[in-house]
Amino acid sequence: MPAELQGLTAYELAERIRGGGVSAREATEAALDRIEEVEDDINAFVTRTPEIALEKAGRIDGRLRNGGLNLWECVPMAVKDVLSTRGVRTTCGSRILEDFEPLYDASALVNFGEDRIMVGKTNCDEFAMGSSNENSAYGPVHNPWDLDGVPGGSSGGSAAAVAAGEGWWALGTDTGGSVRQPAALCGIVGLKPTYGRVSRYGLIAFASSLDQIGPMTRDVRDAALLLQAIAGHDPRDSTSANVEVPDYLAGLEDGVSGLRVGVVTELTQNEGISPGVREATEKAARELAAAGAEVGEVSLPHSEYGLPAYYIIAPAEVSSNLARFDGVRYGHRVPAGGVHEMYRATREEGFGDEVKRRIMLGTYSLSSGYYEAYYAQAQKVRTKIIEDFRAAYARYDVLLTPTAPTVAFGIGTKVDDPLEMYAQDICSVPASLAGVPAISVPGGLSDGLPVGVQLMGDHFTEPTLLRAARALEKATGFHFEARPR
Amino acid sequence: MENTKTQEKRDYRPVIGLEFHVHLATRTKMFCGCRVTYGEEPNTHTCPVCLGHPGALPVANERAIELGVMAGLALNCEVHPRAVYARKNYFYPDLPKGYQITQYDEPICTGGYIDVQTSEGPVRVGITRLHLEEDAAKNVHAGESGRMHGSTGSYIDYNRGGTPLMEIVTEPDIDSPEVARATANQLKAILQSVGVSECDMEKGQLRCDANVSVREPDGSFGTKTELKNMNSFRFVERGLARELERQTELLENAERVGQSTMHYDPATDEVHELRSKEFAHDYRYFPEPDLLPVELNEAWVREIKSRLPELPEEMRDRFVGQYGLSSYDAGVLTADRELAAYYEAVAAEVDPKQAANWITGDLQALLNEAGVEVSESRVTPEKMAGIVRLVSEGTVSRAAAKDLLGRVFESGDSPAEVVEREGLAQMGGDELGGVVDRVVSENPDEAERVRGGDKKVVGFLVGQVMKATRGSADGGRAREVLLEKLSR
Ligand SMILES: [Zn+2]
Repeated sequence: MPAELQGLTAYELAERIRGGGVSAREATEAALDRIEEVEDDINAFVTRTPEIALEKAGRIDGRLRNGGLNLWECVPMAVKDVLSTRGVRTTCGSRILEDFEPLYDASALVNFGEDRIMVGKTNCDEFAMGSSNENSAYGPVHNPWDLDGVPGGSSGGSAAAVAAGEGWWALGTDTGGSVRQPAALCGIVGLKPTYGRVSRYGLIAFASSLDQIGPMTRDVRDAALLLQAIAGHDPRDSTSANVEVPDYLAGLEDGVSGLRVGVVTELTQNEGISPGVREATEKAARELAAAGAEVGEVSLPHSEYGLPAYYIIAPAEVSSNLARFDGVRYGHRVPAGGVHEMYRATREEGFGDEVKRRIMLGTYSLSSGYYEAYYAQAQKVRTKIIEDFRAAYARYDVLLTPTAPTVAFGIGTKVDDPLEMYAQDICSVPASLAGVPAISVPGGLSDGLPVGVQLMGDHFTEPTLLRAARALEKATGFHFEARPR
Repeated sequence: MENTKTQEKRDYRPVIGLEFHVHLATRTKMFCGCRVTYGEEPNTHTCPVCLGHPGALPVANERAIELGVMAGLALNCEVHPRAVYARKNYFYPDLPKGYQITQYDEPICTGGYIDVQTSEGPVRVGITRLHLEEDAAKNVHAGESGRMHGSTGSYIDYNRGGTPLMEIVTEPDIDSPEVARATANQLKAILQSVGVSECDMEKGQLRCDANVSVREPDGSFGTKTELKNMNSFRFVERGLARELERQTELLENAERVGQSTMHYDPATDEVHELRSKEFAHDYRYFPEPDLLPVELNEAWVREIKSRLPELPEEMRDRFVGQYGLSSYDAGVLTADRELAAYYEAVAAEVDPKQAANWITGDLQALLNEAGVEVSESRVTPEKMAGIVRLVSEGTVSRAAAKDLLGRVFESGDSPAEVVEREGLAQMGGDELGGVVDRVVSENPDEAERVRGGDKKVVGFLVGQVMKATRGSADGGRAREVLLEKLSR
């Protein structure tokens, strides 16, 4: 890719294209070249779609002359392979959907625009279950900062694609941190919007009450622009909110003077947080204060129960959501004697270990006799956490925590210890359970690897959250640079 | 001996609860925009939502909710301000998502009742709950049996999948197969009159299951079984009778009734065990995260209530007032919307009381015997009115009219034609006089006793006259003529 284009954010590239400095086709070719160059090392894509990308880029260039183009439409993008794309295979990182071609496009993609320049579908943990992208039937994704390290998960392919410059931005999905944690580990920005802000129609469900589609970008302004492109009420998703979509770029640069920022004690001082990550979080707090924010400490007393509650609720929903993959109507099928034998053989062969583990956990916790002790109890914890956030937002506009407890770890180092893997989500699940928006912003390096800092806002306060994140990004002085060089 | 046996039988009291599944009369399916259809080319009314494709999401059909509220109000239920959709999880090819969206611990309606008219007076049957859900697709098993077992292949028609379905569960208040049938009829009449469903059982728009047990002589409740596949209310009655016999026999022989699902086979008039339910399926119900709870605004519910059409009970009261019928006859006539409409069409033409007598008596007997619905009867309301009119005008006798009705029922010919062809017209004075003279001369002893003032044998002579005229004489008139001739 020409260094000149590679150095631009998505927003800058879009302006350049709209100004006639470069064509959408040239930008797309640059992205495809870079994919060709690094993909053997990264494995960020399950399916590449260069023909579609070039055809759509041609359409965008055609429309440029007529005007009426949204800024975001100019920029090529990568799409996590759990978003339904009509006629383009959508695997969810699973063998069970190896050859599955959806009949329709996800609403978020429809919102983005018909002529979206999609360069490919990105790798991810199977059905978005995982924190390292090692649970993919299509091989692990390598962190562009350290090819032996994980990119995080489950949107590891999207994060790595952006970090490696295989495009300017990508869509991920976040259920318990799947946008934010890989963004942190790959040194990019990842935003999980308020639950209900972006339609889930066409997002192949992991845990319906938690899933949200979110932007994964080079900087905060790009995240604002990409959110603008995909947000909005969708009558096809009953849980999508009928709340007006504000202009996310307006006021983005207004700074944090007077903004009340609460550093969450339990999630910053937690013993699982590595010293480098804690230091980066504390430094971010100091920088926000220096930029004019009123920084204090705040408690989310039930946040320590967030992780166990999440690992009850999410698998429960998984056990039901994944029942449809039975080999009857679509996807992988292993023929066997009777219908129940066919189900068994198909699911045995089609699903990987982590998916099976969660189906079993969820089946157990919903079983009669256990429901009250597990699922119902976890829902009570969820309510408590929502109340914690409500109390915190009475005093603060945004909350600050680390995004993930560590920097990127080595591929294969945690696969045998699911509990340690689940602990990756400790800082990110509270916002998921409460349904509030949260963003991960690069907060510097630790041991030469990126650290993410998380800001969380109240429901539908993305403009405030983005403004705070933008100020933090400016204060840290962290600049995006595609890797490996 | 006979007496003790009856006594024993009476002590095994039937305990029956019914469960109805009703297709709601909506244009589209419960959670997607596909049209609700019957008998169309398989798999032509499907979409990603009702095929359970990945990423597709349900959106609840507002009209189905409205119809559910209407049904609940008509069944005297409490309509709740909030109802929660739940997932019922199980694997079956006709269930594309691997779960059915239904309502579980917070249904839309609870606690209603139906007043059922029976030959022994009104019975109140409680409604436990009413909730909304989606129907499954249809399994089509190739091969001769038409059942999964022994079939050569299975196909699934997803056209039916996702059809809005209302489940109505009664309390176990029903104590006989007859009352069960009457309850089912009454429920159907209510749902039809409110317009929430056409209740066409042939199309599967109304299905009925029963939970049945017998209470033992010591008053303790027996093990209940579930009786399925009763696609007509006659089969409900007959299937329950067979199942109650089976259970009673087991208990009389000191055997155990097992928890099981039974199937009634109308061809052999027998019940068979479909599967044992000793290992209950765990459906792992939990709140459906893809749908928000239903919030029912009180004003909207009131508004729906205000525009409910006439319910069978209201119609019954109207029939008593307007047509002067007994409450029982009015109840019988209004238990079936089509019968009620039939009656009103006849009553508009002839004496309403006479019309009611004919319809609830002779016509219903014919319909029951033939297993025919009133709407399919060859005796149209016009023809029924014609028969009643022929009687009231004196053209045919009551006895001949009964024969006439039977012939019209068989042939569908017009009553006047049948009277003409079969010579059923009432005899005129001269002809009757001739017959009476002949009967008197053939029975000289009896005639003499009447002349001597013994009125007891008049009936015998009238009977002889009726016999001779094949019923076409009017009995009262024959008596008059007889007495007149024998008084001289
Ligand atoms: Zn459909």
